[in-house]
Amino acid sequence: MSASFREISINGLWKNNPGLVQLLGLCPLLGTSNSTVNALGLAIATALVLICSNAAVSLIRNAVTNAVRLPAFVMIIAALTTCIELLMQAFTYELFQILGIFIPLITTNCMILGRAEAFAAKNTVLRSSYDGLMMGIGFGLVLVIIGATRELLGTGMLFTNMHLLFGSIAEHWQIIVFTDYKGFLLAILPPGAFLVLGLLIALKNWIDAYYTEHIASKTKVTTTVAADRRVRVTGAVD
Amino acid sequence: MLPEITRSMLKNSLVLAAFAAMTVAVVAVTQQTTQSRIAEAERAAQVRALGEILPADSYDNELLDNVIYLHEPLLGHRKATPAYLASADGKPAAIIMQANAPDGYSGSINLLVGVLADGTLSGVRVIQHKETPGLGDQIELAKSPWIKNFDGKSLDNPNEHGWAVKKDRGEFDQFAGATITPRAVVGAVHKALQYFDQNHTELFAQLNTSEVSQ
Repeated sequence: MSASFREISINGLWKNNPGLVQLLGLCPLLGTSNSTVNALGLAIATALVLICSNAAVSLIRNAVTNAVRLPAFVMIIAALTTCIELLMQAFTYELFQILGIFIPLITTNCMILGRAEAFAAKNTVLRSSYDGLMMGIGFGLVLVIIGATRELLGTGMLFTNMHLLFGSIAEHWQIIVFTDYKGFLLAILPPGAFLVLGLLIALKNWIDAYYTEHIASKTKVTTTVAADRRVRVTGAVD
Repeated sequence: MLPEITRSMLKNSLVLAAFAAMTVAVVAVTQQTTQSRIAEAERAAQVRALGEILPADSYDNELLDNVIYLHEPLLGHRKATPAYLASADGKPAAIIMQANAPDGYSGSINLLVGVLADGTLSGVRVIQHKETPGLGDQIELAKSPWIKNFDGKSLDNPNEHGWAVKKDRGEFDQFAGATITPRAVVGAVHKALQYFDQNHTELFAQLNTSEVSQ
């Protein structure tokens, strides 16, 4: 039984969001979310790697044996990350320098290996790529929301330095929301990332709880929660 | 006939080897195709950084072809570090060198210092630092215009006592909550000027040789 495209979308964007529910890839999520441009840059890079790796893993899912599938997946992910890194260096050099170590670290983002193992290894190329896209957008949205919140709280401005990503047309995208703002340093520092992520998770849980209590009960929609099979990381020799 | 475990090991390692070869090929192709673009982007970024310090109309040579390497304790260098010589109409115009302030609040602060041939500063920029965000990071132009205070200053302007932050009875402002960072930067720029004062003849002598060789 394979998930429909609608289910894949809902899973990636909300129900099984990698940033808010699975809590995978927290290191880059917290590390690069101190401004919108950094967050968006890493979100795009991660989503590209995720889409390509899901597609590639799905393509080869019948060719690799169970015992060596994980090293094979990791190799694919590492190669794709290196390619993205080279492309970023070639086309968005300054952003590449700002994001620094977080680009090569995409390889170790558990979300990517997690999707390869839990989804792409069992589904068609089209579905897997779509899952990569949706998970990538879900992760990216969380990253950008945290980045924008921290930038706004920390500096009183939004969309600073967007030209690093979009070129000279974005030179004047910066919005000064609070003039004469002294800055709230904590938001830019690492604790700010934890606080904003925590608040965001709380907000999501509150919305979910509100939905089940007020809306779902009125319309009497019965939802069956299918227990997802846990990701298995051990394999028999075959 | 091989035992089953050996066969499976052999098969698995062959599969993995095939994958390794394939992924290496993909990376190699990407590397080949992006190589020249990356070199171009690096060069452009360097030119932009140098252009911020030295206006493009104040010299007419190719800065990136006039690189000399300095290993100078007074500038805080720990290894040979590039410096760029600028000339206008064949005459020395300016030098852009890196200076390292080892005494920042958290580690060393890396500066790019541009000095005109007459010994005045054309500009100073911070290339790299680990100072506290919101306090010490006002040495970045993106955060505060403080670093522009150095424009037009020289060894005699202000005098030797003036080359310090106000807390040390000098001429340069410190920031609220951060004295160590500006003190380190002022010290490093002052030392760079002293170095230039003592060595400018030798430095610009290298300009001529590099131009002849072109």
